[in-house]
Amino acid sequence: MTDQHSPTDHRGEFSPAPAVEVTAVSKVFNVGKTDRVDALVDVDLIVKPGEFVSLIGPSGCGKSTLLRLIADLLQPTQGLIRVNGKIAKEARIDQDYGMAFQQSGLFEWRTVSRNIELPLELKCWDKAKRRQRSAEMLDLVKLSDFAEHMPWQLSGGMQQRVAIARALAAHPKLLLMDEPFGALDEMTREHMQAELLRICEETGTTVIFVTHSIPEAVYLADRVVVMSPRPGRITKIVDVALGDHRDDATRLGTSFFDSVREVREALRQIEAAALDEQYGVSDAPAASAPRGIEDR
Amino acid sequence: MYPLAFAIVAGLWEAYKAIGPKRGGDVLGVRLLARTDDRSMPHVWQMFQRLSKPEVRGGQQTVARVVADATWYSFRVALVAFVVGTLLGLALAVVMARFKWAERALMPYLAVSQTVPIIVLAPLLVTLLTYAHKSWGEQRWLAAALLGVFLAFFPVAVSTLRGLQSVQPAQLELMDSYAAGWWKTLFKLRFPSAVPYIAPALRLAGAAAVVGVVVAEISIGLRFGVGRLVLSYGQEATTDPPKLFTAVFGAAVLGLIMALLIVAIDKLMMRNRPAENT
Repeated sequence: MTDQHSPTDHRGEFSPAPAVEVTAVSKVFNVGKTDRVDALVDVDLIVKPGEFVSLIGPSGCGKSTLLRLIADLLQPTQGLIRVNGKIAKEARIDQDYGMAFQQSGLFEWRTVSRNIELPLELKCWDKAKRRQRSAEMLDLVKLSDFAEHMPWQLSGGMQQRVAIARALAAHPKLLLMDEPFGALDEMTREHMQAELLRICEETGTTVIFVTHSIPEAVYLADRVVVMSPRPGRITKIVDVALGDHRDDATRLGTSFFDSVREVREALRQIEAAALDEQYGVSDAPAASAPRGIEDR
Repeated sequence: MYPLAFAIVAGLWEAYKAIGPKRGGDVLGVRLLARTDDRSMPHVWQMFQRLSKPEVRGGQQTVARVVADATWYSFRVALVAFVVGTLLGLALAVVMARFKWAERALMPYLAVSQTVPIIVLAPLLVTLLTYAHKSWGEQRWLAAALLGVFLAFFPVAVSTLRGLQSVQPAQLELMDSYAAGWWKTLFKLRFPSAVPYIAPALRLAGAAAVVGVVVAEISIGLRFGVGRLVLSYGQEATTDPPKLFTAVFGAAVLGLIMALLIVAIDKLMMRNRPAENT
């Protein structure tokens, strides 16, 4: 690991418990069968409170698996995962995190505001409190005029905003996102990225964001975690020095391109290593980004 | 739409009666064309005239009254069959969705159950009910209702199961991330997602309940029902041909009321849903 954060920060003061702490985690699917897959091997990762971390890598590198392990939707074969200082399962039961997927997964039989209320309903909040919170969340994602609309009456980008509002409704400290903008067109996507940063700034939420777009990963994140497949592991962590305030101008700046290049090179090394292993050639063509990576 | 459909059928009936062969006819040597004489095919207006006359010579009640009472009676039995059959179908679907082994164990038997000829099953049911409890056997309508249930539950069980299993994986993960248990997931997610599958199944269940009840009435000779009326008026068909068709009207109206009821339920269930699902 290139960039491990110790429990004390650089000034030597004690920092609060990490938002996410992944320690020596491995995940094997189909243990003891012929189609055994080593999805993740010996992964360590610490995410600080308020940090935005992107996970990027070619298909099959285990980035979605890592996200689901943190969410306690999958159990690690080995290792330990803590969220807000708790065992992952406790954190899930306490709804310490919110989650958003590539498909918005909105319930089509519920109005927009009742979709946002769903996690609160499961926490047994009373109705007035739920209404109030969903109104706040709609305000946050700028969809107040659509509270009583049905999800299928909304555009893809608006649906995804509702999904983010739902994920944040219970005010979790952590937001887990699995390619949430993957199905959106490029213009909507850039708009949504800016919206997400604004929301995170307003709420101070920690985010782990799975993507396979290099510019998206860089634009959003404080750190980009680059992962390689077969077996899935973290090969490099790129610090993105773009500051806390980012806007459209950020996408044109040199430090943005520097970070994009750094991530791209890390991914090319993965590709080269894979080709090396496959064909036994050391100088593999590095002209293009690895498969499954958007180089836009 | 329904009056128009009736007018078309009545029109075709009268048209064929006007041009068809009086004593029936052959097509390529096969006796295929129905007789069109007044005894076999009474005029539509004769059927309606018959409705307003007394049921039996010198009797107090008109045929219309007797047919309406019988239809109402059968409708209530069919409604019981529809409601119980639907609930049974839903319950079976939930059990099969919950336990994979239950689906594997039950499904083949459920499928086979639908191939049993119901006309045989009805008297058997009466015998079984009497055997189980004497007063149950005396309640003849119970056997008819059970037969309706027997036919109605199947489409509901099969479609609901498919609906419960058709949930988006991301939505299931979402419920998991909320630490929602199986029952909460069932009521908040699986059942609502299954509604587009359940709604059309209810139409089939409604029709099946009506068929089951009417056939059972004929088979076990249940008094009061419209099925019985079809049977007994059929026996008078040689002397009083239009009378039989008044009972057929009753059976048609029975099916119609059930269909309208289920359309209303369907509309209620599918409100606020995207149009392509309706």
